[in-house]
Amino acid sequence: MTITIYVPCDTTALSLGADRVAQELQVAAAELNKDIRLVRNGSRGLFWLEPLVEVQTPYGRVAYGPVEPGQVKELVAAGLFEGNPDHALYLGDIAQHPYLQRQQRLTFARIGITDPVCIEDYIAHGGFAGLKNAAALTPQGIVDEIKASGLRGRGGAAFPAGIKWQTVLDEPHDQQKYVVCNADEGDSGTFADRLVMECDPYMLIEGMTIAGLAVGATLGFIYVRSEYLLSRKMLDEAIRRAEEHGYLGDNVCGNGRAFRLEVRLGAGAYICGEETSLLESLEGKRGLVRSKPPLPAIKGLFGQPTVVNNVLSLAAVPYIMAHGGKTYADYGMGRSLGTLPIQLAGNIKQGGLIELAFGVTLRKVLEDFGDGSFTGRPIKAVQVGGPLMAYLPESQWDTPMDYEAFAKLGAGIGHGGVVVFDDTVDMGEQARFAMEFCAVESCGKCTPCRIGSVRGVEVIDRIRAGDNRDNNLVLLEELCETMVDGSLCAMGGMTPFPVQSVMKHFPEDLMASPRPVEA
Amino acid sequence: MHMSERADHKTAAMPVPAAGDWSPDMIRQEVASLQHEPGPLLPILHAIQARIGYVPEGAVPIIAEMLQQTRAEIHGVISFYHHFRTRPAGSNLLEVCRAEACQARGGRALERHVQKKLGVGYHETTTDNEVSLEPVYCLGNCACGPSIRVNDEIIGRVTPQKFDELVDKLTTSVLQLK
Repeated sequence: MTITIYVPCDTTALSLGADRVAQELQVAAAELNKDIRLVRNGSRGLFWLEPLVEVQTPYGRVAYGPVEPGQVKELVAAGLFEGNPDHALYLGDIAQHPYLQRQQRLTFARIGITDPVCIEDYIAHGGFAGLKNAAALTPQGIVDEIKASGLRGRGGAAFPAGIKWQTVLDEPHDQQKYVVCNADEGDSGTFADRLVMECDPYMLIEGMTIAGLAVGATLGFIYVRSEYLLSRKMLDEAIRRAEEHGYLGDNVCGNGRAFRLEVRLGAGAYICGEETSLLESLEGKRGLVRSKPPLPAIKGLFGQPTVVNNVLSLAAVPYIMAHGGKTYADYGMGRSLGTLPIQLAGNIKQGGLIELAFGVTLRKVLEDFGDGSFTGRPIKAVQVGGPLMAYLPESQWDTPMDYEAFAKLGAGIGHGGVVVFDDTVDMGEQARFAMEFCAVESCGKCTPCRIGSVRGVEVIDRIRAGDNRDNNLVLLEELCETMVDGSLCAMGGMTPFPVQSVMKHFPEDLMASPRPVEA
Repeated sequence: MHMSERADHKTAAMPVPAAGDWSPDMIRQEVASLQHEPGPLLPILHAIQARIGYVPEGAVPIIAEMLQQTRAEIHGVISFYHHFRTRPAGSNLLEVCRAEACQARGGRALERHVQKKLGVGYHETTTDNEVSLEPVYCLGNCACGPSIRVNDEIIGRVTPQKFDELVDKLTTSVLQLK
């Protein structure tokens, strides 16, 4: 009898040796004369358990993890092919794992279960149901459903997706319109876009195709950062197969409308995650930020009406169209509706993807899911939402994860990344890094960002050296204000947020002399 | 995706032409095959770098002429993006993540260790031309840092010891005959 074995093929599993684990499994199977079918599934996003090996049994998919390549022989001897529980790495039916059981996976319902590029797998797990519903609706009907879902841009700006789509739909029809997916996931601590592209690429294709039908666009671009080579490979393959099956092309789902997709690679510029800079880059230019207005919805790519949405926004669309906007809107709180894919990272014991309705507290995420810091030391600070967002001290961890509640703190949810630091962190160094990063990545178009970030590093260095400290603190505050108020986009406008949070919550670290870093 | 398909991709990506080995015709071919795409410049630069290993300065006037843009425009785009190199890299490209999630797991100490071990700073190549060192701001492996990338492979939970083993393997593997 053929035994089905799963070994994930996402970047994290690969970075921990999943390919070698898969090879060892094949060698072991050959030695024992076992007939195995090795499926390279996506990751379930339980990253501390990667590489996670699963075996199909009558009692579900039994898992072992984390499996190092050198442990395969011993695991096989202990009965891995039979799903035998007599091993320390045995985890039982992985679908019943509390980390997954406590989540509300609407968008990420399929990751880790399916073979990412197997279109039959995708369809068997509910794929393309949303597109089929959408193909039967008028463009306005689709846009209304998105509005009803309350979906807001998951890239960080949280702008209502339905209103953006309406604006593009309302532009005259007799012109080229585009759908652009922002897959330039540059924020440290985030990997949800990557998981969509590597582990369930058809979901993004389906979401973009629905957007195309909704606004009357016939061409879409996915702008993938050049660091994500595997995402690009998965998407290219999935697009090819979707075309073969009639989900992309001249006659989408047989309804007579055309939609095509193309993957474009970025080139290592963080700023191209800003939508207008991304459009410039797609046009083959330096990624300089544009002034708004005009909005990209009216004059976007090549001056044409363009929907620009983040991967996660577009990935939420198939669920909404399959189950109805109202069903999606039943999750969440206040004006933050639906689910938030939280990415738990940094110094944390159980890091990974946690999709939950908006409203969960940070403390719950850190304690119930994360199980404390990786090093076992007390957690000192948490940066939520990427390098342009505030560091939160423990006193703020009971805030519900909701756009408005975080904004009230002068913080933000951004793209949902949560980076944990233990008590060995030097927050003064973190403040300095925020400015340093901005100096490296600023597009250079506006002065507050281009010059302000360089001056920011210098002022922080003077404060830490004890040079004219009081005056320099005032100067740093004023510099932050200038950058917030005077920058053209979020890069310069939000770089001060982590700095200000350090000034407010961790002033003793900012004043302390830099600690030597041991090599 | 099945093992066999993945393995194919890997071997297909392996052969890299010798550094400096380029001709104007190569550039013309790459430009010609992409110039009719919308916004073709980045795809063209990627194609040139994938073929030659970098974007030679001599490519700039050729690209400019074929796209009917100025040399300044082409140069401006190449210099804007960190990914494009104008000089050949060493035999191996090593990127070390400098971003926050890796910092939280000892990334700063790893950065120092890497530079000390290799004897070079960022944007430099070791004297034996084996390794070019570059910083990278996030590889998307943030729950299992600190992370580095060696050519096309991303490696997680890198410790100084693990790094030393890796470098030893990297610098000796070129001697193996396959």
